[in-house]
Amino acid sequence: MLDTTLDSLDLRGDFYTRNFQPHPSENRLILNMGPQHPSTHGVLRVILEIDGEYIVRAEPVLGYIHRMHERMAEVKRYEQYLPNLGRIDYLHALAWNWAYVGAVERLMGLEVPKRAEYIRVITCELNRISSHLLWWGAYLLDLGAFTPIMYAFADREIIMDILQRITGSRLTYCYYRFGGVSQDIDDKFIEQTKELCKYLRPRLKMYKDFVTDNIIFRKRVEGIGIIETEILRKYGATGPVLRGSGIAYDVRKTKPYSVYSEIEFDVPSYELEDAFGRYLVRMQEMEESLKIIEQCLEQLPAGDFILPKAPKRPKPPAGEVYFTVEGARGEIGVHLLSDGSAYPYRLKLRSPSFSNLSLFPEVVKGTLLADAVSILGSLDLVIPEIDR
Amino acid sequence: MISLAQIPIPLIKIVVGLLGILIFIGLNGLACVYLERKVAGHIQRRPGPFEVGPHGILQPIADAVKLVAKQMITPKGADPILYWSAPIISFAPAIVCFLPLPFGPSLQNISINIGLIMVLAFSSLNVLALCLGGWSSQNKWSLLGAARDIAQSVAYEIPLLLSMLPIVLLTGSLNLADITAYQGAWPWQWLVVKQPLAFIIFFVCIFAETNRAPFDLPEAESELTAGFHTEYAGMGFGLFFLAEYSYMVVGCALATILFLGGYQGPVAPGWWWFLIKVYGLLMVMIWVRWSFPRVRFDQLLNLTWKWFTPLILINILITALVVKLI
Repeated sequence: MLDTTLDSLDLRGDFYTRNFQPHPSENRLILNMGPQHPSTHGVLRVILEIDGEYIVRAEPVLGYIHRMHERMAEVKRYEQYLPNLGRIDYLHALAWNWAYVGAVERLMGLEVPKRAEYIRVITCELNRISSHLLWWGAYLLDLGAFTPIMYAFADREIIMDILQRITGSRLTYCYYRFGGVSQDIDDKFIEQTKELCKYLRPRLKMYKDFVTDNIIFRKRVEGIGIIETEILRKYGATGPVLRGSGIAYDVRKTKPYSVYSEIEFDVPSYELEDAFGRYLVRMQEMEESLKIIEQCLEQLPAGDFILPKAPKRPKPPAGEVYFTVEGARGEIGVHLLSDGSAYPYRLKLRSPSFSNLSLFPEVVKGTLLADAVSILGSLDLVIPEIDR
Repeated sequence: MISLAQIPIPLIKIVVGLLGILIFIGLNGLACVYLERKVAGHIQRRPGPFEVGPHGILQPIADAVKLVAKQMITPKGADPILYWSAPIISFAPAIVCFLPLPFGPSLQNISINIGLIMVLAFSSLNVLALCLGGWSSQNKWSLLGAARDIAQSVAYEIPLLLSMLPIVLLTGSLNLADITAYQGAWPWQWLVVKQPLAFIIFFVCIFAETNRAPFDLPEAESELTAGFHTEYAGMGFGLFFLAEYSYMVVGCALATILFLGGYQGPVAPGWWWFLIKVYGLLMVMIWVRWSFPRVRFDQLLNLTWKWFTPLILINILITALVVKLI
């Protein structure tokens, strides 16, 4: 619905600003939330049409941090693309690592050693906890509580220190290789991880006492941003957003990959459908991740950490593969098309944040501005992942 | 030439008093900035400012220098007169608010019989300043902040005023020195014992009046970027900031005078007791700010209109009956 008569000579603003048609009522205000707004967590821009503080319409504008990751895959060799994966979702980088590496492995038919699989599970779950911790702090920052993020960062720091020793980086990990991982874990890592599990449990309980049971916090999240099953299905939402509405869909359980089928853990889900349900799911997931890590450390087999005959510069046969893993934000999918050369023919990245954001305009309609911030935070968006 | 003797004594008293108050406000601003940052730091498990001076003691001065030295920008399309008068309107009444406060037995600038009303009248001018600042800055976020501030003031002013009425009924005076004198030296002689509900409501309303968390809705930096002062830089922002701290002290001082016995203490009554109580309450305000999330806008209105106003009305009724009967 491009309107050419409207300010056709006036080139102020951009395409979205000029073509976001205000409602023919005088009481409406068009408001730009972002791309530099404190609670859009990066460079997301949402154009809001508000009536007083009530939101009539919301439209997310994407692409401010588009880095052409999919195109980059087509001009890089398979192994050269590995570092890109850590930069798609900087909070749960290892899950993206895994999705890509797993897709290539399935295409080539590589059998990953048991030890490598366990190492992957441990590191991926550690990364998931750090991602959820950061979300927890940032979400409360959105709600106006300043202190939790400092506690979250202090805990996250320990996880990053642990992962730094074996992966070599603190945030944008590039640890998984085709057929295994780049480096074996040592006794110190195991010891540190065990200590972390012991340390985190009382911390999570403390967070529950201080934040989850806080009356002001409860009032800000309960009954806010109710997402019905219909909307979830329409937009393909996954992850904690889906589980917060009572659908216990988790790729680790429904389509078990790696050694998840050998590990006992629950998929927390709450029928609340609101922001509080999503909050509870993530808080519960951190404890489940701790459970998974402890089990993996106990069952950790000896053996190779990478397939000895795995090719360093793979040249997979022509074919097509789609592989999904469960990231901190939902189902991460990598669709890989190979023509038999050393370069992927086409790589499609399915990012969960994109689907989760897509339902935002429908959910936010008719809520207050403060609630919109709360809902946006409860979706746990990572903007680089949306734009890719 | 007029000789010194010809100048009326009250004038001299007021000028000296105003000078003293300005010095106090300035020093208080510095102390509060340091206190807030240090307390926030320790609540958040970090040391707080530590670089400028020993334990960061000179940090407030560095902050002040930074604010003064910054360029003051008027946004394009803003009304410059309204825009720049807003910080002054915000700050100036704060000085008047200090005039009738009895800091010590003989440390009251003007002892007038409407002291309480005077403080309230001038402290509510802050709302006008915030409204002007938000409206004239030609920024939608500022406008939203201003709108929130107006609605918020309507919500909290009524329970705030009503929560002082029981005290007035009990003491029979609006002069703050008389109210202090009515109370005794020991904590059980303070009016907070007779009026606990009024004290709680008064103190919560002070949070709303000073725009402090959890009621910092006009600023709400995660929702409205910075609310009404989004566009202000340098000393424009600095004056708003100073005014906020001054109103915090005025609010805590009023709470001290009305409910906590003012300058009276069990041993050696004097201005130090007053300051101890005021800064004790300030610490509570800082503590609350760094501990709680922000309430939503309609929740504040619900709280004040549906809970505080009826409760305090009942409280007044009971107090009036008791005063009449005894």
